[in-house]
Amino acid sequence: MWTSYPSVPNMEPFDNNCTLPVVPGQPVTAVVQRIEIHKLRHADNLILGFSIGGGMDQDPGQNPFSADKTDKGIYVTRVTPQGPAEVAGLKMGDKIMQVNGWDMTMVTHDQARKRLTKKKEDVVRLLVTRKGLEQAVKNAMM
Amino acid sequence: MDTESTYSGYSYYSGRSRGSHRHSERSRDRHSKSRSKDSSSRSEKNVTINAPPVEPLLGDQPPPPPGDDTQDDNWGETTTAVTGTSEHSLSQEDIVRITKDLEESVGLGCRRYLSLTLGLLLGLLVFLTPLAFLVIPQVLWPERLQPCGTACEGLFISVAFKLLILLLAVWALFLRSPRASLPRVFVFRALLALLVLLLVLSYWLFYGVRILDSQDENYQGIVQYAVSLVDAMLFIHYLAIVLLELRQLQPCFSVCVTRSTDGETRHYNLGQLSIQRAAMVILENYYKDFPVHNPALLTASKSRAAKHLAGLKVYNVDGPGNNAAAGQSQSRAMIAAAARRRDTSHNELYYEEADHERRVRKRKARLVVAVEEAFTHVRRMQEEELKKPPGEVMDPREAAQAIFPSMARALQKYLRTTRQQHCHSMESIQKHLAFCITNNMTPKAFLESYLTPGPTLQYGRERWMASQWTLVSEASVTSSLRDGTAFLLKCIDFSLVVTTKAMPYIRLSEEFIDPKSHKFVLRLQSETSV
Repeated sequence: MWTSYPSVPNMEPFDNNCTLPVVPGQPVTAVVQRIEIHKLRHADNLILGFSIGGGMDQDPGQNPFSADKTDKGIYVTRVTPQGPAEVAGLKMGDKIMQVNGWDMTMVTHDQARKRLTKKKEDVVRLLVTRKGLEQAVKNAMM
Repeated sequence: MDTESTYSGYSYYSGRSRGSHRHSERSRDRHSKSRSKDSSSRSEKNVTINAPPVEPLLGDQPPPPPGDDTQDDNWGETTTAVTGTSEHSLSQEDIVRITKDLEESVGLGCRRYLSLTLGLLLGLLVFLTPLAFLVIPQVLWPERLQPCGTACEGLFISVAFKLLILLLAVWALFLRSPRASLPRVFVFRALLALLVLLLVLSYWLFYGVRILDSQDENYQGIVQYAVSLVDAMLFIHYLAIVLLELRQLQPCFSVCVTRSTDGETRHYNLGQLSIQRAAMVILENYYKDFPVHNPALLTASKSRAAKHLAGLKVYNVDGPGNNAAAGQSQSRAMIAAAARRRDTSHNELYYEEADHERRVRKRKARLVVAVEEAFTHVRRMQEEELKKPPGEVMDPREAAQAIFPSMARALQKYLRTTRQQHCHSMESIQKHLAFCITNNMTPKAFLESYLTPGPTLQYGRERWMASQWTLVSEASVTSSLRDGTAFLLKCIDFSLVVTTKAMPYIRLSEEFIDPKSHKFVLRLQSETSV
């Protein structure tokens, strides 16, 4: 496992002190949104209704959604229409920071897939961040 | 006027003997004198700023006599323009040419023969001295000499072969026809000759004192003395090779040569040479690298410059003022006015050049077609046709003459459009055609020498002007090249401007790459749906 990586602080969704640029060695701070997805049973599989891309073992330069092209986090690349993810409010381009408490900023692609598709869990609670979230929070406060 | 005499005289060189061209200069001078009258009227258009004499504004001095008050506006019209040539005097170039001819015939030949005879004398001295050393004791005191056996014979053989080697080496290095005659003496050669002379004289001195005076009996010692002289000669020859041939091989200067009339530039790498030797190398490369100098191509820019000057005329409206300041301010005003004036000459240049380009291309197309068609009319006779030839059998010259008329007109028109017609005469073209036919060249190969201006060597000898180069230099011509040296190689029509730059000192570092370190991974970008 990785020995040194910045910890993602458990932030409340409407936290004001948010700085998005990544400084190595410093904790990553972001404004996050809680999304709860209930899995849908579809012929012996539990599906969530979205696709992920990215990961520690992938090439970050090809990611069209990341602001910083060295970001190796997990991003939502597709959301199936009328699926559980869309219903819960997940949008394409969101970066997944946590899944059920597990950190997703420094995991490989396969580890991310495994964390999302555990057969024993019916509900996944994600912490996601996206551009414009900070601005939306500011607007809401005012 | 001067410009006319400068480069029209050039066309008089071709095909005329030395004696007659002076007469043609005189007849040209007469022509130019008759035209001097309208040139003086033309000078009215030249801007001449004449500040009239200073008149004080204060009323202390008596008023100037009437009549001097008005400035004479027609000053320019009544003067006779002083041209460079006139009927009864020789122009500047004539004088230069005469002195050069004199120098050539008397001075240069003298110097060449002098150096040749000196070299021969030195060579004879060098070769005969060891033989003399060996022979003189045998002649003068043969009975007192100790007989020496095999050792002497070995030494005799070695002297003979070393002298032979020295002879061959001197023949290879020194006995070559000179490529050029330089203005100053060749320093290294002079030093080497001096060294050789000193060596031989010192050997003779010791020989005279130690051996001749005392009549030494040790013949083996004398033979060894002679052998040591020949060895020293061989070492001096080695020194000569290093100084004269090897030292300048390694390039350490980069030289930029620009022709002053049309800006053609070439770069050469030279080693450590003196300025005159560098000039020699540059001129040898000039004849093969630079396209031939064509004065007909330069008339366009001269006429444009003349039009610029002719446009403005300055009047002094405010009346007489301070002399120097008025003159300066007037010339500045003229320059400013010229800059502001709406000038359409760039427009004319653009359209003229486009037009010329089109015309050249049209003529070229016609020429290429005509030449290709002409070449189809003649073919080489096959072997089996020797018995009964199908038509009339011709040698290359006749064949060229037979097919030349069909392409002559197109070729002449093309040459006239590109202003090359004075470079090629009818017989040179026919000779070239015969040459191409003999060597089975295609029409394109035949045309190549007419489509692009080639190096000067390609044209006849009268264009070479190899005897008229002058080296103009601020530093002494026997000093060696340095970074920033600049000198000029002047010919009658143009000059070559040469600037030197030292080549950079290259610091090369090494980086070792382990062949096993070349490893690659694929760029992954997977997308999983969950």
